[in-house]
Amino acid sequence: MIEFLQQLINGLAFGSILALIALGYTMVYGILRFINFAHGDIFMLGAFAGFFLAPKIAAVIPAPSIGCGLAVMGLAMAICAVLGVVIERLAYRPLRRSPKLTVLITAIGVSLFLEYTGQLAFGAAPKSFPTLIPVYHLPNLGGLSINSNQIIVLGVTLLLLAALRFIVLKTRIGMAMRALSFNPEAAALMGVNTDAVISFTFGLGSALAAAAGILWAINYPAIEPLMGILPGLKAFVAAVLGGIGNLPGAVLGGLIIGITETFVSGYISSTYRDAIAFAILILILLVKPSGLLGKKEVEKV
Amino acid sequence: MTFKHAKLLLLVALGLSASVPFFAGHINAYWLFISYDIGINIILAVSLNLINGYTGQFSLGHAGFMAVGGYTAAVITNQFGALNSFASGAVFLGALLAGGSLAAVVGLLVGLPTLRLRGDYLAIVTLGFGEIIRVVFQNMNAVGGARGLSVAHGWTNFFWAFGFAAITIYAVTALVHSTYGRGFIAVRDDEIAAEAMGINTTKYKVTAFVVGAFFAGIAGGLYAHSKQFLTPGGFGFMASITIVVMVILGGMGNTRGVILAAILLTLLPEGLRAAAGVEHLPGISREFPLSWVGDARMVIYSLLLIVLMLTRPQGLFSFRKSIYSK
Repeated sequence: MIEFLQQLINGLAFGSILALIALGYTMVYGILRFINFAHGDIFMLGAFAGFFLAPKIAAVIPAPSIGCGLAVMGLAMAICAVLGVVIERLAYRPLRRSPKLTVLITAIGVSLFLEYTGQLAFGAAPKSFPTLIPVYHLPNLGGLSINSNQIIVLGVTLLLLAALRFIVLKTRIGMAMRALSFNPEAAALMGVNTDAVISFTFGLGSALAAAAGILWAINYPAIEPLMGILPGLKAFVAAVLGGIGNLPGAVLGGLIIGITETFVSGYISSTYRDAIAFAILILILLVKPSGLLGKKEVEKV
Repeated sequence: MTFKHAKLLLLVALGLSASVPFFAGHINAYWLFISYDIGINIILAVSLNLINGYTGQFSLGHAGFMAVGGYTAAVITNQFGALNSFASGAVFLGALLAGGSLAAVVGLLVGLPTLRLRGDYLAIVTLGFGEIIRVVFQNMNAVGGARGLSVAHGWTNFFWAFGFAAITIYAVTALVHSTYGRGFIAVRDDEIAAEAMGINTTKYKVTAFVVGAFFAGIAGGLYAHSKQFLTPGGFGFMASITIVVMVILGGMGNTRGVILAAILLTLLPEGLRAAAGVEHLPGISREFPLSWVGDARMVIYSLLLIVLMLTRPQGLFSFRKSIYSK
C-alpha cells in the first residue's frame, strides 16, 4: 500500500510536468492543426535558460530561496515565450498555406536544429542543475517519502492551469483563440487578427513548456540538450490521449501517462518505460482516435 | 525514371556490380567501405520513397525495419563458421532474404492497424513503433541487448550492396509504373477521391509499407555484414530521420533525385570529417549510417530540412516536372 501511494505521488509529479508540456501541443494543434515537433525542445531550452540565469539571479536574490526560484522560472518563461514567437514567425508562418506534410517536416527540422545546436553550444554532457529552492523532506509519513519539490511541482502546475484557464475563458485574446480554433476563416472575417493570436498561442505554450523545464530540472537535476525529446513525445501522446485540441484533456492525458509510466517502471520493468507511452498512443488511436475528451471530427471534402 | 530499358539497365547494373569485387584489391579500402554505405543508403532511401514519396504516407520508423532485418540476418549467419565462397554466398543470400521477409512481416503487423491513420498521427505512430522495436532489441539478451551483437562474417561487398540497390530501384519503379501501382499515386494525390473511385486505400498503404519494410530489412542485413557490429541505439530515431532527409532532399516521389541525395548525404559526413581533420578508420566506425562527425552533421541536416521546406518543398533534385508530381 505504501509503495502504491509512493508510486502514485511520483507519477502525479511526473504527470503534471507532462501536462504542462501537453497544453502547448494541444493549443497549437487546436488552432493550426499541426504538431509542433519542436515543443519538447522549448522545454529543454527552458531548463537551460534556468541553468544559465540561476547564478546571475542568485547574485541578487540569495540562492536557495523561493524568491530566487520564482524569478528564475519567470525569466525562463519569458525567454522561451519570445523564442516560441520567433520560431513561429520565421519557420511556420511562411508555410501557413502549404500542405500539412511540409509544415510537419519543417517542425521536425526546427526540433533537430534546436537539439543539435544545443549540443554544439552547451556540450552533450549532462549538467547538474543548481538548487534554486530549499528542499525539505516531509516528516515520517509511515514510510512514504515526499519532498517539498514534488509539492512545488503540483502547486505550480495547479497555479499555471488556473492562470491558463482564466486567459482562455475570461480574456479577449482567449476568446479570439477559441474563435480561431473553432473556425479560422470566420474568426478572421469577424476582425480577429489571426497572426497575432497565433503568435500569442505559441508564446503561451512555450512559456508553459519553460515552466515545465524548470520544474523538471528541480526534480531531476541533470539537464542535457536532448532531454526534451522523450518528454516531448510523451506529452504529445498525452495530448492525443486526452483529445488533441482539448485543454482539460491534455492535463488528464498527462496525468494518466505519468502515473501509468511510473507504475510500469515500478512494478514491471524500468527498461520498458519509454515504450509505454507509445503503446498507449497506438491503443488510443485504434480504439478512440478522438481521445478521451475530444470531439469526433468529420472530414469534409 | 524512364521505364523502357529498365530490365536492360537492371542487368547492366547487376553485371557491373558483380565485376567490381574482382578489382576490389586495387581500390582503396576506405572508399570501398563508403561505397557499401552508398549502396545500403540507396536501398533505404528508395524503399522509403515508396512509402513517403509515392504513397504519401509519412513514416518515421524505417530504421526499425532495418534493425529487424539486420539482427535476423546476423543471427542466421552467426550460426555458420568459415565457408567457401559459393556456400557463403548462398547462406548470405538466404539470410538477407530471411531478414527482409521478417521485416516485411513486422511491417505488415505495424501497418495493418496504423495505416488507417493519416498524416501527423501516422508519423508519430511509426516513430513510436521504431522506438518500440529498438526497446525490444535492447531487452533481448539473446542478441546482446544494449551491449550489441558482433557479426561474424563481413560478407557485404560491392556486388551485394549495389546488386540489391539495383534490384530495389527496379522493383520500386516497376511497382509504381504498373497498372496496380497507379493506386499508390492516387492515394497520395487525394485519398478521399481515390477511395471514392473504389481504391482500397488501406490495402495500398499496407502494401507500400510491407514492400518498403522488406527492402529496409535487406539493407539492414547488408549493414550488419558491413559494419560487423549492431547496437539497438544505432537504429533509433536519428537513423530514421537520416533516411527521411535523403528522401526529402531528393524530392518525394522522385527516385532519381532520392538516389542522388542518398549518395550526397553518405559522402557529406566524410567531407565534414576531412574538414574537421579527424582520422578515418574504415570499417571501425560502428554508428549508423557511416560515422558520426559530431553534431555539425545534424545541424546541417536540420537547416537543410527547414530551408528546403521554405524555398523548395519539391526537393533539391527535382529539376523538371515529372508527370507524377503535382
